[in-house]
Amino acid sequence: MSKKLESTLKNMVLCLFLMSVIMAGALGFVYKITKDPIEQADKQKEIQAVKDVLPPFDNDPTADARDMEGLKLYTATQKGEPVGYAVKTFTEKGFSGHFELMVGFKPDGTINKIVVLNHSETPGLGSKMKEPKFADQFNGMNIGTIPGKQLKVKKDGGTVDAITAATISSRAYCDGVQKAFNVYMNMLNKNQANVDTTSGATSKGGKK
Amino acid sequence: MLKYLTNGLWKENPTFVLVLGTCPTLAVTTAAINGIGMGAATTFVLVCSNIMIAGLKNVIPDKVRIAAFIVIIATFVTIVDLVMKAYTPDLYKTLGIYIPLIVVNCIILGRAEAFAQKNKVMPALLDGLGMGIGFTLAITFMGAIREILGNGSVFDIRLISQEARTILIFILPPGAFITFGYLIALMNRIKSKYSI
Repeated sequence: MSKKLESTLKNMVLCLFLMSVIMAGALGFVYKITKDPIEQADKQKEIQAVKDVLPPFDNDPTADARDMEGLKLYTATQKGEPVGYAVKTFTEKGFSGHFELMVGFKPDGTINKIVVLNHSETPGLGSKMKEPKFADQFNGMNIGTIPGKQLKVKKDGGTVDAITAATISSRAYCDGVQKAFNVYMNMLNKNQANVDTTSGATSKGGKK
Repeated sequence: MLKYLTNGLWKENPTFVLVLGTCPTLAVTTAAINGIGMGAATTFVLVCSNIMIAGLKNVIPDKVRIAAFIVIIATFVTIVDLVMKAYTPDLYKTLGIYIPLIVVNCIILGRAEAFAQKNKVMPALLDGLGMGIGFTLAITFMGAIREILGNGSVFDIRLISQEARTILIFILPPGAFITFGYLIALMNRIKSKYSI
């Protein structure tokens, strides 16, 4: 066995330098081979989330997802006919801050289904927003028909049954859904405007 | 030779006896499956870094050894991070921030300092494996207890109905400390009673 290297400046610098170079090279290699699978996994997750909240469709909604006011809007079509729109929305008002939702709208504006994408709400309290007891009350709801067009929990004079002991999470959830609905309505209005003003240019908003 | 392997399982269990790596122990043990995922990732890093440090111990000058160890450990952690992101996205999502934090897990640097840099490659490998498995078993066990008491399920299999009330505090942060404390006490009791 050789003697341990002396702690001279030259040895120390050389050792750390060589080690960093080799390690960086190894990491670059691993990064390269995992890059594609990571992208695939992310895309798969996105499509799965859209599938979860919308009726069956046959296009790839991630291909022409649009950015609307910072939210992502996916259009799902079946044989060319739109069957629903999914909006990836978020809120900053959760008990632990930021969380993300995917809200599915039918073409008439009623909510089809909502899923929570990721959250860090308190397990057992705020995390119950994922359970059907809370989440299913939104299915078939049309925010446009609610007085004031504002989604609120019952405590605030609204229509939503909040989760027991998790009113803040419930409020945040409503906030996220509301944002999604606003974006969705804006999109509809814009499409409508396109139809009214320039006939034949309906695809302008849709093809982007 | 075998004692290097069994050392970490019971006598010097990193979680309950050495009380190292407490951050992931307390934070990720809300479910048993998290314990397995975290344990596997840590074991991989521990074994690889132990082997590498034992192999390179003669070319690493003493004064920069900690820096060199951290470079080695960080590399393996980043590899685990990327691989998990690519092939087990669901598990990656639940473990999230705690994977990069393996870099500063005291078990790994602790074993590098206390064991790998003084021993040959083979013992270092066995020590890493033993410690890793010991850590995995400990946090999986703790995760199972917290999941059963706090959520009424284990490994996502429901033991009681969804509607039934559970002892919620066990999956909240204070429950981690309570469970951890009782498990250490239990372990000490068994150890002193049977002197093993």
